[in-house]
Amino acid sequence: MITSLGVRAPKRRDSSGGGPLTGTRALVRLALRRDRVMLPAWVYVVVGGVAANAYTFAKLYKTASSRAALVASGESNPALLFLYGRLNGDSVGALTAWRYGVWGALFAALMSVFLVVRHTRGEEETGRLELIGSARVGRQAPLASAIVVAAEANVILTALLCIALPVLGLPAAGSAALALAIGTCGLAFTGVSAVTAQLTGGARAARGLAIGALGVAFLARAVGDAAGAGGPSWLTWVLPLGWTETLRPFAGERWWVLALPLALFAGGGWLSVTLAARRDHGAGLFPDRPGRPAASAALRGPFALAWRLQWPALAGWAAGYAVMFAVCGAAAKGIGQLAATSGALTKEFTRIGGQSAIVNAYLAALMLLGGLVAAAYGVSTVLRLHAEETAGTADPVLAGSAGRARWGLSHLAVALAGTALLLAVAGLATGLGYGLAVGGAGTETGRLLGAGLAQLPAAAVIIGVAALAFGARPGACVAVGWTAVGLAVLLNIFGQALQLSPWVLDVSPFTHVPKLPGGPVTATPLLALSVIAVALCAAGLAALRRRDIG
Amino acid sequence: MANAIETRGLRKRYGQATALDGLDLTVRTGEVHAFLGPNGAGKTTTIRILLGLLHKDGGEVSLLGGDPWRDATTLHGRLAYVPGDVTLWPSLTGGEIIDLLARLRGDGSARHGSAKHGASAQADRQRRQELIERFELDPSKKARAYSKGNRQKVALIAALASDAELLVLDEPTSGLDPLMEAAFRDSVAAERRGGRTVLLSSHILAEAEALADRVTIIRAGRTVETGTLAELRHLTRTTVDAELAGPLDPARLPGAHDVALDGTRLRCEVDNASLNAVLLRLASVGVRTLTCRPPTLEELFLRQYSDQDRAAERQRVLPTP
Repeated sequence: MITSLGVRAPKRRDSSGGGPLTGTRALVRLALRRDRVMLPAWVYVVVGGVAANAYTFAKLYKTASSRAALVASGESNPALLFLYGRLNGDSVGALTAWRYGVWGALFAALMSVFLVVRHTRGEEETGRLELIGSARVGRQAPLASAIVVAAEANVILTALLCIALPVLGLPAAGSAALALAIGTCGLAFTGVSAVTAQLTGGARAARGLAIGALGVAFLARAVGDAAGAGGPSWLTWVLPLGWTETLRPFAGERWWVLALPLALFAGGGWLSVTLAARRDHGAGLFPDRPGRPAASAALRGPFALAWRLQWPALAGWAAGYAVMFAVCGAAAKGIGQLAATSGALTKEFTRIGGQSAIVNAYLAALMLLGGLVAAAYGVSTVLRLHAEETAGTADPVLAGSAGRARWGLSHLAVALAGTALLLAVAGLATGLGYGLAVGGAGTETGRLLGAGLAQLPAAAVIIGVAALAFGARPGACVAVGWTAVGLAVLLNIFGQALQLSPWVLDVSPFTHVPKLPGGPVTATPLLALSVIAVALCAAGLAALRRRDIG
Repeated sequence: MANAIETRGLRKRYGQATALDGLDLTVRTGEVHAFLGPNGAGKTTTIRILLGLLHKDGGEVSLLGGDPWRDATTLHGRLAYVPGDVTLWPSLTGGEIIDLLARLRGDGSARHGSAKHGASAQADRQRRQELIERFELDPSKKARAYSKGNRQKVALIAALASDAELLVLDEPTSGLDPLMEAAFRDSVAAERRGGRTVLLSSHILAEAEALADRVTIIRAGRTVETGTLAELRHLTRTTVDAELAGPLDPARLPGAHDVALDGTRLRCEVDNASLNAVLLRLASVGVRTLTCRPPTLEELFLRQYSDQDRAAERQRVLPTP
């Protein structure tokens, strides 16, 4: 028998008093519930990363003499200036801020971008926001709740760092400045991503735009720092990540600098709310135009589909790579001049190999960075397989006569080919930028193209790890893929300064890539990495053939 | 080849939960077979096993004479599938997706005459155009702008435009309006006349009644009833409505159930075996009006689920795959 439920009489609610922000608090709780693992993990990674590294630094560089070598290279080596920023002093605190300030801020910014887009445009695109919007929820509540959640995460992160760093023995004022530098950078990108989430129709593109802005911010300050006296050092001043340095934690804090990221946060928040109030639900800044009523002859089979779905993102990445690396390449000229003119630093320069060696070290660091970021692109591209599977769009492809392996290979091929393209663009653009600045564009371009492509086998190993995880443990593949990227960044950017044992550093495939340009070219590690990458990808595809879909 | 689809004792578990618990399904070649069951009964799980997307945990399954897991890619060239919840690539237009799905099946239809002769390709394009017009779809819109019903139409048009032997349709009309539902029924009827086999999963009984040659009803991962509609009705009762000339003692109606007597108006359900006895009894009292009708599928369905142990049903935890 069907049990009868009690009848609920409709209740007339007072319909007054609902503002655009009604329901924000409930949505904040919903977001915290959904992110109960991811959010603490992000905060932990940023706080734990900075604090653990500060702890190791304090132990490794106790005495002024032990710090001297690090300080000397930090002040003179453009590769280090490029990767970490300017050194503002020689205390343990200043060294910690130098080494981890920019990168901590970068991770806080990434966290904010992912959080905001996930809870605004991501929800809107899946249609879940429609259900929420039909409830007693104000027009601005979803956006406001996403901003509140991201802001809360940054505040907690800042507070934890404010506690942790003094506990490790660092001065309180400097600790607070470093913590605030990182937290306010997260807030600034909360504002930026709140705006990009209003511009595009899809979450993927909104995230891409915000991360692109983050890339611009990183490279602007990197070029500004590395360019030397004659170069465009003002670049460090104009965008968020540079403000971590100009705040000068542990070295006579300029507290007023904090107003800059906070202004960006407020401005971004205001602009996003204004944009959100004007647009329709689900719409971007530009309305969808009608497309072709029939498919082109080229759209046939899983490979063409994967390409069709992924090329817009790849085109954006490639354009970004071209501009950024051309600028960074051109900046290498200033590095050579700095080395030639600055007498005080000549000794240190000679120690690390003289002018050409310094330029090469800078370019090699640039290529390493290009390799790590390209690996991140590759992982995000191969994880599209997982997104297609969970969304259900993989079903019609697999219900067609394409086999599992071909479908898996289609996106994997785009990931690998796209990564290769980005690395080629990085090499060519750097070579062109540097070559045109110093003369000899031809040789420089060829040299750096090789140096860029040398990163490919290592990036392919990271992509292979993500592909294997997708085949064997699809539930964990997103976490595994991004952990692999994060681990490579950690080991190759921070590993040496932390004096980690070579055995640990060897875990990252990028450790085995020859330092190009300038270093000796050895084929063996590149071949070995290629073999490992192919084996990982093949194992992933084999596992995919054996498991349930969906 | 007699049967397009044959499963025997099919089993599938998701961790602790049992989705299929010995399911039997036989779809003969050339018939429209309705696959009925309430939400979570295991219809979609069965279809995903038939498509080779899921491993079976036990039992036997054959699809178009092959093994759906092992021979997936070759078999998929011979079938077209419409998922229950159609998700499309938001950046592609409906027209592009229709062509793409045809090509993914390995159909000649969209190959611009490369595999087919010009005239045949022409006929395929014309068929595609006719279906687009019949279902009133705007093929130049991006998929992200389509409603649920329009997404469903894209998948339906792609399936109907194909030359597949077998159509696997998972609740294909759940998003369509009544007009489009009628267009869908016309199309399926035409496909059946053309000799195609159709597996139509549904919980809309009117649809099965209008279209199906045979029906399989499943519940909690197990087949509870299978046969033609006539055969299923044979198992069940006839509804009798009568206005009587005189008084009747309802206790003296053997084989009648759910007897409702309101003055001289009688309504009851009669086991088919007892129909003769009941009619004789009514005739002896005197009958002014009489209607006897076979049960609708709806009533069959309700009985299947109300008579059997519903409490046990509730305790089962069924995942939605």
